[in-house]
Amino acid sequence: MDLTPHLPALQVIVPMLSAPLIVLLKPRGLAWAGATAVALLSFAVALNMAIAISDGAHYRYDMGGWAAPYGIELSVGAFSSLILLIVTGAAATALLAGRASIDSQIEPDRQPMFYAAWLLALAGLAGIAVSADAFNIFVFMEISSLASYVLIAGGPNRRALPAVFKYLVMGTIGATFYLIGVGLVYMMTGTLNLADMEARVGAVDDINPILVAAGFITIGLALKAAVFPLHVWLPNAYTHSPHMVTVFLAACATKVAIYVLIRFDFFVFQSNFDWHGSHFSSFLMPLGLLGILVASAVAMFEGHIKRLLAMSSVAQIGYIILGASFVTQDGLTASAAHLFNHALAKGGLFLAIAALACHYDDLRLDRLAGAARSMPWTSAALAICGFSLVGVPGTAGFISKWLLIDAALDQGPFAWLLVLIILASSLMALAYVWRIVETLYKKPAVVQPSSAGEAPLELLLITWLIALANIGFGLFPQFPLNLASAAAELLMGHAL
Amino acid sequence: MNLLELLGYFNYWVFAIVLMVGLYTVIAKINLVKKLIGLSIFQSAVFLMYITMDKVEGGTAPIILKGMEGNVFSNPLPQVLILTAIVVGVSTLALGLAIVVRIYESYGTIEEDEILDAD
Amino acid sequence: MIIVFALFLLTLLVITALAIVQTTNLFVAVMLTSIFSLLMASNFFILDAADVALTEAAVGAGITTVIFLAALMLTTEHEKPHLSRRKLNTVVITILASLIIYATFDKPRLGDPDAPVHQHLAPWYLEKTPEYMDFPNVVTAILGSFRGYDTLGEVFVVFAACIGVLFILGVKPPEGSTYNPYRSGLKHHLIPQVVGRLLIPFLVLFGLYVQFHGEYSPGGGFQAGALIASAIILYALLEGEAAALRAVPRSVLLGLVIGGATLYGGVGVVCILMGGNFLEYTVLLDNPVAAQQTGIILIEAGVGMAVCGALLSIFHAFAARPMRV
Repeated sequence: MDLTPHLPALQVIVPMLSAPLIVLLKPRGLAWAGATAVALLSFAVALNMAIAISDGAHYRYDMGGWAAPYGIELSVGAFSSLILLIVTGAAATALLAGRASIDSQIEPDRQPMFYAAWLLALAGLAGIAVSADAFNIFVFMEISSLASYVLIAGGPNRRALPAVFKYLVMGTIGATFYLIGVGLVYMMTGTLNLADMEARVGAVDDINPILVAAGFITIGLALKAAVFPLHVWLPNAYTHSPHMVTVFLAACATKVAIYVLIRFDFFVFQSNFDWHGSHFSSFLMPLGLLGILVASAVAMFEGHIKRLLAMSSVAQIGYIILGASFVTQDGLTASAAHLFNHALAKGGLFLAIAALACHYDDLRLDRLAGAARSMPWTSAALAICGFSLVGVPGTAGFISKWLLIDAALDQGPFAWLLVLIILASSLMALAYVWRIVETLYKKPAVVQPSSAGEAPLELLLITWLIALANIGFGLFPQFPLNLASAAAELLMGHAL
Repeated sequence: MNLLELLGYFNYWVFAIVLMVGLYTVIAKINLVKKLIGLSIFQSAVFLMYITMDKVEGGTAPIILKGMEGNVFSNPLPQVLILTAIVVGVSTLALGLAIVVRIYESYGTIEEDEILDAD
Repeated sequence: MIIVFALFLLTLLVITALAIVQTTNLFVAVMLTSIFSLLMASNFFILDAADVALTEAAVGAGITTVIFLAALMLTTEHEKPHLSRRKLNTVVITILASLIIYATFDKPRLGDPDAPVHQHLAPWYLEKTPEYMDFPNVVTAILGSFRGYDTLGEVFVVFAACIGVLFILGVKPPEGSTYNPYRSGLKHHLIPQVVGRLLIPFLVLFGLYVQFHGEYSPGGGFQAGALIASAIILYALLEGEAAALRAVPRSVLLGLVIGGATLYGGVGVVCILMGGNFLEYTVLLDNPVAAQQTGIILIEAGVGMAVCGALLSIFHAFAARPMRV
């Protein structure tokens, strides 16, 4: 039978339905193998759809055979496809590379549940990306959130617990705000399907509930996406979670929330209300700019390498938000491209850190001095991904920064200020990345590694694969750029 | 203003007040269990908002028994959504409490400021 | 008359919420939360949401309270009386509250049959349920079929919570912990014994009724799962947690969760294999109405199993954990 029309559904149900079965795989290593196979399969599905979509296809799927808006519709276009690639790619990569790292951080008898939670997080994030129904997005947001709380709580240090508690509380508030917003829109339009909302929301006479709804949805999702200053849960959650979980979640979890934020605002409100574009930019542009500056500055003085990169993630979220807040085709393209490129760079960086952690228990920066001598390959990969994060020409990060500056130049009289801020923050990024590189390469060793030599081979290979991908997508950026500009077209198409 | 209209506003105001009481508890209290209690009040308020909008004047619960086809029924859809949301709420709560238990075991306290001091 | 009653209930709701914030005894706060849930359930009932009222009463007032109490047993009952000193909180909250109240002025009047909520989707569901499913409870029809994918997601939320609690509480308890003194239950207390024992069979019976009668009257898998779970929790409280585990061992509970979730997902996959979309029950049998009914009964069974197993696993994970001394 032909499974092609079912791909959007399979993207979600394959990892989701595998999760209960993974719990049953008690023997050592089997749960890992099962979860990895499922994650790779999901990646294959996402890749398959992405290729068809870059040729102009668009997937729609009626769950239960009930046509929208009565049933729940799945819809995969360019934007969702880009997000799916990031999510499934990050999940599969981290699992493939991470067996040794996970083995050292999670006790064997708890591992089946850990891997099941991993697949649920994957299914939840993928479910958000494919869904075209506002309430269905909430349900899958909760699946992914609960599963990621579980994953983070697996952290080896007791500090993981307060960190995950904070994340749980703030995440739940965010999700509930979103639910209030959806409720208000539903109250005024009588529908839950996003496309149907777009068609009906324009006919609403009493605009106040819609205004308040837009506020609630934006704030709730900004909380989930860790937009500055609502990011306070993020640094500790990323720092204290198991290393592989950081790779997975840092690459995609907040980006899915940004995706929903952009998608909801542009699909439902943008085409109906003249005020929406200016509200959207006047609210998010300052937050984006502040986030870029403050988080980069904090990252420069951070002493723990994972915390440093977590703060840098907050700054990168600022770039993505900034691009979207221009409400132009170019700005959105830059945003979407940066979603992809940042996932590559940050994923690679955290992979390299997981490799360092194989021999260094303490990941404070001063303890890592001189690590390049015993782990030259890991350190080199870390440096490449770091330069991609900064946006050095020839790396993936450069492409999206360039697009962002290009988009900023169209922003009227204050364009030079925007460009200045982007350049200044890139310099700050260079400063903190250089600090890491300098510590690894130049400084004399303070702590002897627990054992000499490199990280396990599979981890090292995958880290290098991602590092090379950072260069590859820097030199040949066509594929993600095509998807990104198609995504921007889709979003702005609604504004025309 | 008739009574039903008053009740309509009253329902939304109660929603707003209870929502804020819940949110206040989450933000201002430093006891972790109290925060979770606040969280569940906060979520309950949203349930009230959804269920309030399902009411139709003179309607009954949406169960269409034989011979009742002509009756007015209240809206079933918000009810379905809230059934889901209630279960989501209890799941979050259970997970939160499990984390609180582990925090107490590792830190000996469930007050946020003492936990911060301990690290 | 009923409106006055509703006003009274809503006022009580606000008072209870304020009392919960005020008290510094967490045990009192939890009991008040339970009352809060019951008041909420009564309100839902007045607003014609029978299914939701039943769930809120079983889950909110029942299971939630038990889990809270189990957690309090493992932690502490007293809250330190001071607040965090951030002034910002009050400002944020006041702004939000006025924002919401501002929004209410344009909301449709309560019960207005012309409100947009009642125009678009709802009449379609009310009209088509008798035609496609041929049973009275429209809520069950939407839950099981029209929006069955949401319900599947919800089962997996419960599943995630279940494995999450087992995972988080799966580490060894700290050195020197002891089991709590009530582990043997209330065996030596006559009145709870007699009353409780009388209640258990009825609870189970009611749970099964709710499970299999969900198409005709309020109820369904969630409510049934929660009710049966509460019956077994009651048994555990009376006879001791160990006795309850002997009656329904952990592996059975985990099996129920996995089995229930897999049953639900499996029905969906079978629909794909038989040529339909995921969860398109119509393809299961030749007669589409009978097929819808079969599909809904099967997935409701999956929901009931998963919810019951998950709630009990969560309860046991808390109850069986030794206390830190």
